[in-house]
Amino acid sequence: MSDSIEKRVELSAPVSRVWRALTDHREFGEWFRVSIDAPFAPGRTARGNIPHPGYEHLTWEATVEAIEPERLFSFRWHPYAVDPNVDYAGEPTTLVEFRLEAKECGTVLTVTESGFDAIPPHRRAEAFRMNDRGWSIQVENIARHVGHAG
Amino acid sequence: MPAELAGRASVFAALGDETRLGLVGRLSAGPPQSISRLASGSALTRQGVTKHLRVLEGAGLVRSARVGREARFELVPEPLKAARAYLDEVSAQWDDALARLKSFVER
Repeated sequence: MSDSIEKRVELSAPVSRVWRALTDHREFGEWFRVSIDAPFAPGRTARGNIPHPGYEHLTWEATVEAIEPERLFSFRWHPYAVDPNVDYAGEPTTLVEFRLEAKECGTVLTVTESGFDAIPPHRRAEAFRMNDRGWSIQVENIARHVGHAG
Repeated sequence: MPAELAGRASVFAALGDETRLGLVGRLSAGPPQSISRLASGSALTRQGVTKHLRVLEGAGLVRSARVGREARFELVPEPLKAARAYLDEVSAQWDDALARLKSFVER
């Protein structure tokens, strides 16, 4: 089993269009469904909120690593950092990378998220405590809420 | 933290190694096995097998029981399943997000 996730999707749109949808913070926010406060820039932490009832208190955070025009956009974040009582700031993050490739069809986008092996022990304990009360159901709910927000 | 509670991160770390993945494969296929049994038919020494089994044990993926003077190791499947389920959830979130991206850029 790998500690990373990889997704590949073909998009019927030119690379320039996809690039803008990924790296313009307003456009990113539209399809990702999060309101982000400022433009993405390497080394900067973008913050936003999830505009769904009950989730407004959650802050979405991602620190941009690479912006290589029309080729690579990457950021680090805390996967499922959704407990408002936990300060995730000092913890390891996973790395999310968007790679673009021009193809006849338009654009091939590859997304990878890696580094799940670095999540620290107390979060593991928390994940399993949540699991006892239906952790996977909670995550599903969150995914559904995030998915249908806005 | 008890071994059973060792979570997905150490599970991923423990499995991020060909040799340990191989040991997990062998243990998943059969009954509890001794260190010498696991070492035979592999390129590993007994010490090598022991070292890797300790890592797997630390992640809650194997447990040992004494049979006479010998320790026998068996696979504990639950942490594997939990780690798998977690990745599946993250994966499903990405599927949703990328479907939205697709309709966003193609409209």
